[in-house]
Amino acid sequence: MSDTAQARRLRVEIFRYNPEDENSEPHTDVFELDETPFMTLYIALNQIREKQDPGLQFDFACRSAICGSCAMMVNGRPALACRTLTSDLPEKIQLYPLPTFKLIGDLSVDTGTWFREMAEKTEAWIHERMPFDPDAVEERMSDDVAAAIYEGDRCIECGCCVASCGLANVDDSFLAGAGLNRVARFMMDPRDSRSDSEWFDVVAGDQGVFACIGMMACEDVCPKELPLLEVYAYLRRKTLGARFLAKGDTAK
Amino acid sequence: MSSRLITTDVLVIGGGLAGERCAIEAAAAGQEALILSLVPPRRSHSCAAQGGMQAALANCAKASGDSSTVHFLDTVRGSDWGADQEVANIFAEEAPIAVRELAHFGVPWSRVRGGKNHYFIKGEEVDIDEDIESDGLIGQRDFGGTAKWRACYAAAGTGHAALYAVDSEVVRLGITVRDRTEAVALIHDGSRCVGAVVRDLRNGSHFAVMAKATVIATGGYGRVYGQYTSNATINEGTGASIALDTGVVPLGNMEAVQFHPTTLSPSGILVTEGCRGDGGYLLDKNGDRFMVEAEPVKQELASRDVVSRHMQQHMRDGFGIDSPYGPHLWLDIRHLGEEHLRTKLLEVWDICRDFVGRNPAEELIPVRPTQHYSMGGVRVNKDGQAYGLAGLFAVGEASCWDMHGFNRLGGNSLAETLVSGRIVGREVAKYASGHELRADTGLAFAALADAEQRAAGWLARSGAGPNVYEIRDAMGETMMHKVGIFRKGDELDEAVAEIGQLLDDCDNAVLRCKDPGVNPELAFALRLKGMLRLAMTVARGAQARTESRGAHYRSDFPLRNDRDWLNRTLVRWGADENEPSFSYEPTGIIDLPPGHRGYGSDERIEMTDSLDHYNEDVLQVQTGHGRLASTEDMGSRLRRGAWKAITG
Repeated sequence: MSDTAQARRLRVEIFRYNPEDENSEPHTDVFELDETPFMTLYIALNQIREKQDPGLQFDFACRSAICGSCAMMVNGRPALACRTLTSDLPEKIQLYPLPTFKLIGDLSVDTGTWFREMAEKTEAWIHERMPFDPDAVEERMSDDVAAAIYEGDRCIECGCCVASCGLANVDDSFLAGAGLNRVARFMMDPRDSRSDSEWFDVVAGDQGVFACIGMMACEDVCPKELPLLEVYAYLRRKTLGARFLAKGDTAK
Repeated sequence: MSSRLITTDVLVIGGGLAGERCAIEAAAAGQEALILSLVPPRRSHSCAAQGGMQAALANCAKASGDSSTVHFLDTVRGSDWGADQEVANIFAEEAPIAVRELAHFGVPWSRVRGGKNHYFIKGEEVDIDEDIESDGLIGQRDFGGTAKWRACYAAAGTGHAALYAVDSEVVRLGITVRDRTEAVALIHDGSRCVGAVVRDLRNGSHFAVMAKATVIATGGYGRVYGQYTSNATINEGTGASIALDTGVVPLGNMEAVQFHPTTLSPSGILVTEGCRGDGGYLLDKNGDRFMVEAEPVKQELASRDVVSRHMQQHMRDGFGIDSPYGPHLWLDIRHLGEEHLRTKLLEVWDICRDFVGRNPAEELIPVRPTQHYSMGGVRVNKDGQAYGLAGLFAVGEASCWDMHGFNRLGGNSLAETLVSGRIVGREVAKYASGHELRADTGLAFAALADAEQRAAGWLARSGAGPNVYEIRDAMGETMMHKVGIFRKGDELDEAVAEIGQLLDDCDNAVLRCKDPGVNPELAFALRLKGMLRLAMTVARGAQARTESRGAHYRSDFPLRNDRDWLNRTLVRWGADENEPSFSYEPTGIIDLPPGHRGYGSDERIEMTDSLDHYNEDVLQVQTGHGRLASTEDMGSRLRRGAWKAITG
C-alpha cells in the first residue's frame, strides 16, 4: 500500500471462546480499525487488544516469521499472522484459530504439546553412533549435504501444514507435513545411526507417508516454502527401497 | 496438573538455548530437571539468532592463525575492558567444544568447500583458495570486531538450527518442559533460594515449585525499550526482575545495553551482521559508504557500539533517508548476488520480502540501530552462582557472567549460551547433588499466597486509572530517546523522573479486562512493574556512570575513564524498598591491560592505579559485594600473559 493511498477501514471478524470462563460460548466478534502503511496482523491484533478488547487472546513472540507462534486461519487459510500484510487482504478479514490443535482461547492454540509428542513418537533426535568427544575435531560433512539437511531443518513447527491437512483434520495420529519432514531430515543425516529398515515402522504405518492422500495443501501454505512434495517422494522411495530392494540397508 | 506444590531437583526458568543446555547437563548428571518456558521452547528467542556463533576453529583461509587467545583478545577489546577476563578466557577456550557438540546434536553447520571460493572483503571481490585438506570442516564467516573469520553458521538461521538440535536432546533425555508458564517470584529465605512461584499462562492459576537449585535463563530485557528493539515480545526481563525483587541478589551493569546497527526500519526486525560480514555495505542518502571514512581499518565491521554510533550521528547530521517513521540508512547486499542471498543469507531474503516487500538482490534495505542485547543481568560468579543467594544460578543473556562487559561482539552470545550452559549446568548438578531439598513448605505457600494476592489486587482495582499499555509505550519512548545510543546528564535526569512517574502510574493503573483464565491484560500488568524497575536500574546506572565505555556513551563524558570507572555496576532493589542501591566492584582480575580497541576512539583517561594493586584484592572486594565461593579459585582459568604471544 502506498503512503498516499486512501486509508481503508478494516473489518476484522475474530473467533472468540475462553474455555476458562464458564459463561463463554464460541462466537465471533467484529472489530473495526484504520489501516496504516505496512500494517501486519501483528500490529492490527495488538491494536485491537490494546484499544478495543483487552481480553483478546493470541500468540506472538519473534514477530519476524521465525518462531512459528502466530499461525492462524486468515480468511480460511493457515498463515503466520506476523508476516501477513493487511494490504494483501480484502477489507473484511476473518480470523480463526488453527484446527487440529487444542484451543487455549480465542486465536491461541496448543502447538507445543502436538510437536513434543510428534518428536517423541518419531524419536526426532540424532541417534548417535559414538558419544561426543570434546577433544576431537568435528566429523567432516560436505557442504552440499549440510545444505540439504538445513533445508529440512528450516521447518519452524508453526502448524500451518497440519491445520491444512485433510487427513490430520480427521486422524490425529497422522504425522502430517511437519512430522514427515522431520523424519526425512533425520533420515538423510549421515550422523544418525538408524537404518532404513528401522525407519520403516515410523514411515510406512497408518500415521506415515503412505497414508497421505496427496492434496498437498501443506506445500501451498508452508510459510517457509519447504518442498514437501519432494520430501514425501524421498520418504516413499527410501521406505520402498528398504522393504523390497535391499538385503541390508540402502545407503543414505 | 492441578497440584499447588511440586518438587524437582533442578528448576530451570527459561527454555531457550542457555536454559535447555544447562538442563541437559544437569539431567545427564542424574538430576531431575524441570524447564519452565513462556512459550514452547523452540519458539524461544534463541531461534531468532541469525548469522553465527563465534568459535576459534581456524578452519578457513581467513581464519588462519586464529586461536582461543585471539578470540579472548577480541572479546575483551570488544567489551571495552568491562569484561571479567577470566570468564572471557574460559569462554574462548570452550567455544570450539560447544560448536562441535552442536554438530554432534545435529546442527547442519555450513562447511568449508576446498578449492576456489569467491568472497567480498572490504569492498573488493576476491578469490581465495581454501585448503583442500579443510574440505568438509565447519566453515566460518567474518563478523564485526574480530581479527579472524570465526563465526560458524547455518545460513542465516543459526539460532534456529541450534535451538532445534538442543531441544531434540531435551526430548531425547525426557526432560519435562512446562510451556506457557512464567516464574513470578523466587522462593527464598534471604540466604538460600529454594524454588519459584509460577503462573500458568493457560489458565491463570499459580503453583509453587520447590527445587534444590534454581536457574534463571530468561534472556534479555530489551522490551523495556518498548517497540524500539529487535527482541521478541517475550523478552521482558522477567528473570532479572524476580531476582532484583529479592533485594539480596544484585544485577550487574544494567546500563550496558547494545544497539544493533542493522535492524529493519521501522519494525526493528534483526538483519544479521552476517550481511556485512559477507561483504555488505552501509550507504547514506547520497549512496556514500560513510563507514570507510569513519573507521578506515574495520569499516562496516567495527564493533556494534561503534557502528551504531556512527550511523546515529550520520543521520543526525542529515545524511539519513527520511521516512514517515523517521530517518534510516541503507544496507546494500545487492552485489553478493541472488544465489548467495538465497542460500547463505536466506532468512534475510525472506525477511526483506515479508516485511518491507523488497528483493535484496536488486533493492536496498532500510535499516537503523535499535536495542538488541542486554549485557547486564543477574550478577553471578564464574560458576553461574548468583551473588547473595545460594542455590540460585543464572545463565545466558539473563546473567551478567560477565564476558561481554560493555559491548558484546556479534556471534558471542549464541556461543555463550552453549558454553555457559555446559559449565553452569555442571555446577548446578554439583550443587543439587550436595544439598537436600528443603522441606520448608511454609516459605513456599507464603510466596504463593503473595503472588495470588498480587493478581487479585490488580483485578480488584476499579475506577479510571492509567492503562498498562500506555505506561509501557511511555517507558519505551523515554528509554529509547533518553537512555539510548547517545546519553546525556540532563536527559538521563529527565528519564529517571519520567520512569519514577510511570512507577507511580503503574501502582494506580486499572485493568479493563477482568476475565477469568489467563487474562492477557493481567498477564502483562503483572510484569509491568518489574519492567519499570529494570528500566530505572538502566537509567540510574547510566546517570551515575560519568564516562563512555562500549555501548554506554555519554556525550557529556565522551572518554573511557579507566582511572575512575574500570568497574562493574551492581544494583540491589528489594520489592518493598523505595530506592535502588548502587555499588561498584572491580571487573575481575585484569590480565590484558586496558588499551586501544583497534577501532573507535583511541583517547581515554588512563588508569593511575597499578594493575598489581588493582588485582590484589579483587576476590576480597567481590566477596564483600555478595560473591559466593566458586568451585575453583578465582583466576585459576586465566592464562596470564598468553596474549603476549599474539600482540608481540
